[in-house]
Amino acid sequence: MQVSKFKDAGHLVRLAIAFAVVFLVFLLIRAHFIPKSFGQYGHYRGDALAELSSKPVSYAGHQACEDCHGNVVSMKTGGKHTGVNCEACHGTLAKHVDNPALVTPQLPDTALLCPSCHEANIAKPKNFPQVMSARHSGGAVCKSCHQPHSPLLQPGGEQS
Amino acid sequence: MITRRKLLMLLPAAALAWEYVLAGTPESAPGYNRNQHWWGMLLDIDKCIGCGSCVRACANENDVPEGYFRTWVERYHVSDWRQEVPQVDSPNGGKNGFPPSEAQGGKNFFVPKMCNHCVDSPCTQVCPVGATFHTPDSVVLVDDTYCLGCRYCIQACPYGCRFLHPIRRTAQKCTLCYHRITRGLTTACCENCPTGARQLADLKNPNDPIHEFLKTHSVQVLKPHLATGAKAFYHDLDGSVR
Repeated sequence: MQVSKFKDAGHLVRLAIAFAVVFLVFLLIRAHFIPKSFGQYGHYRGDALAELSSKPVSYAGHQACEDCHGNVVSMKTGGKHTGVNCEACHGTLAKHVDNPALVTPQLPDTALLCPSCHEANIAKPKNFPQVMSARHSGGAVCKSCHQPHSPLLQPGGEQS
Repeated sequence: MITRRKLLMLLPAAALAWEYVLAGTPESAPGYNRNQHWWGMLLDIDKCIGCGSCVRACANENDVPEGYFRTWVERYHVSDWRQEVPQVDSPNGGKNGFPPSEAQGGKNFFVPKMCNHCVDSPCTQVCPVGATFHTPDSVVLVDDTYCLGCRYCIQACPYGCRFLHPIRRTAQKCTLCYHRITRGLTTACCENCPTGARQLADLKNPNDPIHEFLKTHSVQVLKPHLATGAKAFYHDLDGSVR
């Protein structure tokens, strides 16, 4: 009787098949749990970029305001508040831009708003106009003397 | 014993698995090319008045929970005799402005702080699952749906710019208003800064004024010795600022 050199090779083949099946199952599980866009740009989920970009905005941006409110832009131009964007004082207005008739912004209270920038503080830059509001106005609201859109150009009362 | 028949039976299953391994590529955001931008921010200490507009704007725009900050403002008081030990306060992150200073004399100024969107960011390197990353347009973001909330990144950030959202239990940070800058808008903090102390900068745009500014002014980043590649550029930053 001739003895084969590989008579017990069947054990090894069965082991190899078992390993192959486990590896295949691993690949399937891995493919199931890793998002399809993972690795698109790097070691992260590529779709996250599009998801993060698609969030809604709350501040519409001053360009959107200027499209309709040209009169305010011309009043601000050249004045001390030229560089102050609309929503810095008037708040979030994206909903107003989307639906101007339905959502109307509240007019801010200048007695509270103006001191948030102009109340004197030792840490503010020295060239920035600062007042001690209690002493400066004696309780009167700022816009009774200053036009908020152009506080130096048109002193002496609210213009419009 | 594997036969030709068994092998043939295995092949379709392997092909099926391979299709999942080689995942498809989803479409990118329309009208915005991520490879044409390289975002950073310019923060001008000389112009910051500590009004807290940026902090409020950030909270409004990004639903930042009360008591947590993606950007905040610090007030520094540096005495003449201990330059390297400044007194720093930041009541409620400067969100409601600052009360009058108790300190007299010395040097006093405000420092707005935020994520530096580092090119070699320590926070992204420690994330075990790839939930925080550096984008092709150089913004460091968090994938909220993928974050485990392990807090490694919060510890790794040398600038203290991250926090764990108290309800979602995921890491959160400044996104540089990614939803705004990809639409052609500036960030909420820059939009609302009344003095122009904060300016969004696109370093890949040759017409961006940042290039001229960086050439002609003294500009510093925070903790440059850490070589994080920080892109929050501070103009006239005092040496006492940490």
